Order: sequence, then C-alpha cells, then structure tokens
Amino acid sequence: MTESKISSKGSDWGYAPAPESADHFKLKEQYGLFLGGKFVPAGSGKRFATINPANEKTLAQVADAGEKDVDRAVKAARLAYDKVWRKMSGRERGKYLYRIARIIQERARELAVVESMDGGKPIRESRDVDIPLAAAHFFYHAGWADKLGYAFPGKSVGPIGVAGQIIPWNFPLLMVAWKVAPALACGNTVVLKPAETTPLTALLFSEICQEAGLPDGVFNCITGAGSTGAALVRHPGLDKVAFTGSTDVGKAIQKSLAGKATKLTLELGGKAANIIFEDAAIDQAVEGIINGIFFNQGHVCCAGSRLLVQESVEEEVVEKLKARMEHLIVGDPLDKNTDIGAINSKAQCERIQDYLKVGQEEGAELFQTKCAVPDKGYWIRPSFFTKVAQSHRIVQEEIFGPVLAIQSFRTLNEALEKANNTPYGLSGGVWTDKGAKIFKVTRGIKAGVIWANTFNKFDPASPFGGYKESGYGREGGRHGLRPYVELS
Amino acid sequence: MSKNGLNGKSGRLDVRKTYKMLIGGAFVRSESGRALDVEAPGGKWLGHVCRASRKDFRNAVVAARKAAAGWASTTAYLKGQILYRAAEMMEGRSSSLCEVLQSVGHSSAAAKSEVSQSIDLLVYYAGWADKYLQIFGSVNPVSSPYFNFSVTEPMGVVAYVAGEKRPLLDLVSGIAPIVVSGNSVITLSTGRSAVAAMELGEVLATSDIPHGVINLLCGLREELVGQMSSHMDVNALVVQGGDEKEHAASREACALNLKRYFLKSQGSNCDEDPYRIMDTVEIKTTWHPVGG
Repeated sequence: MTESKISSKGSDWGYAPAPESADHFKLKEQYGLFLGGKFVPAGSGKRFATINPANEKTLAQVADAGEKDVDRAVKAARLAYDKVWRKMSGRERGKYLYRIARIIQERARELAVVESMDGGKPIRESRDVDIPLAAAHFFYHAGWADKLGYAFPGKSVGPIGVAGQIIPWNFPLLMVAWKVAPALACGNTVVLKPAETTPLTALLFSEICQEAGLPDGVFNCITGAGSTGAALVRHPGLDKVAFTGSTDVGKAIQKSLAGKATKLTLELGGKAANIIFEDAAIDQAVEGIINGIFFNQGHVCCAGSRLLVQESVEEEVVEKLKARMEHLIVGDPLDKNTDIGAINSKAQCERIQDYLKVGQEEGAELFQTKCAVPDKGYWIRPSFFTKVAQSHRIVQEEIFGPVLAIQSFRTLNEALEKANNTPYGLSGGVWTDKGAKIFKVTRGIKAGVIWANTFNKFDPASPFGGYKESGYGREGGRHGLRPYVELS
Repeated sequence: MSKNGLNGKSGRLDVRKTYKMLIGGAFVRSESGRALDVEAPGGKWLGHVCRASRKDFRNAVVAARKAAAGWASTTAYLKGQILYRAAEMMEGRSSSLCEVLQSVGHSSAAAKSEVSQSIDLLVYYAGWADKYLQIFGSVNPVSSPYFNFSVTEPMGVVAYVAGEKRPLLDLVSGIAPIVVSGNSVITLSTGRSAVAAMELGEVLATSDIPHGVINLLCGLREELVGQMSSHMDVNALVVQGGDEKEHAASREACALNLKRYFLKSQGSNCDEDPYRIMDTVEIKTTWHPVGG
C-alpha cells in the first residue's frame, strides 16, 4: 500500500490510504480459452502470466491461443451463427444482452477491482466509469436488437456473420462491451481477442456469458499476444474484423485483408487538440486539461494530448496547470484517492520514457510533478512539454501516456490549423464562453468526437470513432450499428 | 455522327471537337501530351481523348483540395440548387449527350434512356442535399447533462473510377452522391466512355458548380488506379468495375493513409440510394454541457 501525500508547498496534510478491498472474490490460478461455451486449455498447453503492473506480481495464468485454437474458436462461432443466433428473433437476442448487462451490474465491484489490478487504472475510474459504462453498453444495445429496421430506414437489415474482434488494454472490459454488444445485438457471433496484458475481465465476462445462458459459441474469447490476433485476422472464416489499437497495426490489418471480402472497421490512435480560448472559464478549463490528458494515465486514444492555449492566457493556464498537477496523487490503483495509477506494462512505460527523452532532444522543455512514486511497478509522473513545435514528434505522434504537449496560438484560424495538422482525427476539445465560437471550432476540427467545455465523456448512445488515420467506422449510438449489419 | 465527321450534304467541313479533360474548372490536355484513340464498336475511328498521367491526377487533387473547403461550407440549399442547375444544363444539352452515346454504340433509344436517367438521377440527389442529414444525423440521449448530437461532414477529396458499361450514367451515379455532401471529386473514365465524360465536362463547366469540385480525367485504368489509391491527400476511393486483383492492390495501397475504399455496385436498381451518400461522409459527434 502506498502512502499517498499531497506534496503541495509546506502542507503536511496527506490522505490516509483508502484501499478498496479485494477479498470478496477469488481469481482462479489459471484461466482457459472460452470456446463454444466452455473454458478449455490451449491446444499447445501453453500459458502466460498476467501481472499487476502496480506491484509486478502475477495475478493468474492464462492460456496462450495458437492457430489451431483460433480455428476452433471461429468454427464454434460459425456453428452458433448458423444453428442458433442468426435464426433467433431480435427480441430474444436482446433479452440475452439485458441479462448480461444486469450481471455486469451485479458483479460490478469484483469487475472494477480486477480491472484495476490487471490494468493499473485507478479504482475510482474503473468503479465509476469503465464498469458502469460497460453495463450501459449492453443495456443500450439490447434494446436495438428487435428495432434494427428503424435504424436503417428503407433497407432490410441482416447480420454479417462471424466477427473477429481485437481490443486494447486501456479499457479492457469497456472495449469488450463496445465491440461485443453491437455485434451480438445485430445478430453476429464473435471471437474476441483481449490484450495480453489485460485478459482477466474478458475472461470474467466469459463467465458472465455462461451465467446469462448465452448459447454456446455465440461469444468466444481467445487470449494471447499479437501473434494470436494476427492468426485471428488471417482466418478465412471471418466475415468481419473490428480492431481497436495502434494506427500501425490497423494499417497492417487493412493490408492483410486487402484481397478478401472481409469487412473491416478500425478505431486507432489520436492526438487530440484541447483548445483553450482567452474567454474560457480558466479554472474549469484547467480541470478539463487534467481530465483530458491524465484520465487513465493518458492511455486513451482520444486523450487531449495537445494543449493549444491562446497566447494572452498561456502563462496563467500553465501556472494553474502546474499547481493543479502537483495535487495529483500517483500510486496504488486500488486506493480510492489515487488519481493516476500504474502504467499498464513495462513496455509501455519504456515507450513513454523514450518519448520524454525524444521531446527534450528535440528542444522542448519538460515539466514533471514532484510526487513520490512506488518502488515496484511502472509509473510515470504527470508531465508536460512547453516550447514545442508543430513538427516535433511529441506533437505528431501518439504517446499514450500522461504527457501533454503545450502550444500557443493567437487566432481561431491558427488554432484550427494547428489542431488539424496531424495525421490523426479522433477527437478534440474547445473551451470558450462564446457559443458561436464553440460551433465554429467544433465544425472546424477534423475529428469524430468533439467536446465543448468538457472532455473525455462517453456514452453508449454517443457515436465514437475517427477521421483520417484514426480509423473508420463508429461505435455507439445508431451509427455504431452500421459496421455490424448487412443492408439490402 | 455528323459532329466529328465530314458532312457531305452541306458541303461544309465540320469543325471537330477536341475532347479535353476538366481540372480545376479549366479544359486541359494531359500534361504528358499523350492521347488515346477512341473507336466505335465497329472499329470506326472517333477521335482522340487525353491519356491522363499520374501527374495529371496529382494536379487534379490539388485543384480538388483547393475547392473542397468552400464547397463543404456551401449551404445545403445552395448545393442542391447547383446540382439541380447542372441537371438543367444536361437537359439542355441532352441531344449532344445522346449523340455521343450513339457514337460509342448505343441505339438511339438506349442513348435517350441513359441520358434521361442521368438527368433524373442528378435531380434525385440534388433533392437530398438538404435532407440526408435529417435522416442520417442524430441527437443522442446521453445519460449526463450534455446536449449531444451527430452530424455528417464530407470527407474532403474523393477519387472515383467509373465503369464503362453505362458511359454517362455510371459517371453521374458516382459523382452525385459524392459531391452532394460537400466532397470534391476526381473521376477517371476509361475506354469509349471517356468521350461521354468529356462531353459531360462541357455541361458541368457551364453550370454553377465551383471550379475544382468536379474534375474529370480520362485515361488507362491500369495506369492510374495505383496512384489514386496511394495518394496521401485523397480521403476516399470509390471504384466501379475492375478485377479482384486490382481491388486487392487498391485496398492495400489505401492503407497508406487509411483512405476509405468502396466498391460501387453497378446497375440501375442501386443508383438511387441515399446510403451511397453515407459512404463518403464522416460522422462527427459533439458534446455540449447543459447547465446554468
């Protein structure tokens, strides 16, 4: 347990540790693959450990799926599609999704704790954001299952078939929900590959599918690393691939599917600009900047990782930001006071540290807070760069960590020019008191999700997805159904 | 056939037409100076059309990009009127459009039918200009105090490779759903259909469509599709016709900048379809707080 202290000037006021207990459930020592409704070991018998990034202790062993396991999973999904799921009425499909939503709510505490242990995110976020939103996604999509005709007027709507879905480690269960709920609601069956560093909640979700009585093979979960994902994408039995992750891998997937009829949607990286005008409510905007870049350790594809601040308030904003950042508590993810948890993995931690070096080598100035971090585990102090140029790698590339690049601007058009000058287009933010200016900026930013006077808000009814190299397709809302239906 | 041939009856030598491409509102030949022969189905020589180079395509992208922002911000009502105006211009030149189609092998009836279908299709999509957003946009009931809505926005610059079966209609049915949402387009017409495309260029140039919004190239498919799919400043590629090998190569090249790629189905039963507009738009969702 870490002693978390506010390190602001001269204050001895600290927060006593407030750890969430983890004794109300027991993880299994090992988890199999979830194939055709049953947990089975990998054909090769291989396993790998999933660890807690906050203390580097092993949480459980999970099966390492190989090519043959992938094949079994796809066949199980195909069988379930042909024999059961495609024939089932939308109303009945919806009822299964309602059941799943309810069980997620019932097991919310357990799921939140496991999410924080396996991925390193603060319990406050997994408890208040990830798990409730995951349940909400199933609840929302459950209701669509028997109403799809209304979502696509003038068309007859059918499922696509078997979907292979690959999800990242930043919102493990929430990404399960984003992918699986619309796929099942529209009548498809699924083979899901969770990230190798965060497989546990997807495996608990597999248990939930059993508890819900979901017909065997409708949902299958194969754990493993990138090679498992590649084997899934390569499998000829898929009708649809959905991937959330890095732009590089997304491009590789599009290439590997080039000669096939497999449908594809990609939700990839981002480098969102958070634009602060001089007439914004500055204190509120500073909270928005904090939420934009430090939410979930900055492991957010839509993170507000670039701050564009109007020159006249730059100094004020940067000073207030520094002061606010010094109050951020970095430490034990299970502590309810923690603001910033552990970096998800050693590899990611090294990647972020590399960017911290690159930024300085490029001539930018680094600021990091002075907070203490635990000895064990992977941690990065809240950081920002000033004196950055548009061409710097820390401005153009996604860092996926608690690192903000700060630039200034004079005019609205300059802000838009800078905001749009990256290959990405996932999200953006604008802070101003003027309504007309909000709409000018939200129209001008080339990105799929724009937050005005807020940041990092999500909802199952709200479509999410990118422009340009942030990928294509939407998740959530009526538009999020489109990638999972065949229209005729 | 009188237009480009000798007309013996009048004893006057016809003034033949030079078919030029339309780039940025200007009628141009290929920068490469190359030309292709066009022959009627029977083998009769009809004339030359340009053989666009990859550089011509890149020039067209520059023109299209320059026009894109202005066209995207043109009001929906005005976009609708401008497309309708283009239909008016087509109607006025329907006899020469028919002539061109006949010159490349259509019967008189088939030519007439394709021209009127093309005009009607343009009117159909003109009518969608200020309506599709009402069908495909949404206000989203989020469970927090925010006003949340999703609108469509044009992608930007779209490249379109037209099929050859219906020289005029395949072109119009590709262009209309792309530009009605505010994209600019660069089209490629190949084979005999090139003459119909160039004829259409003359119609469009005298309508109110801003320069650079619609750019018409003609040339060889195998020479240009690679450049169209790999160009880093093109947002989407819509393709009609072509073989599986070409589609695979294009889809792979599109991954370079995650260009959106669509294979357009052929045939009159899918020409009128507002979901085609949705292929080349993005969905943008905006969150705005509700509070005092």
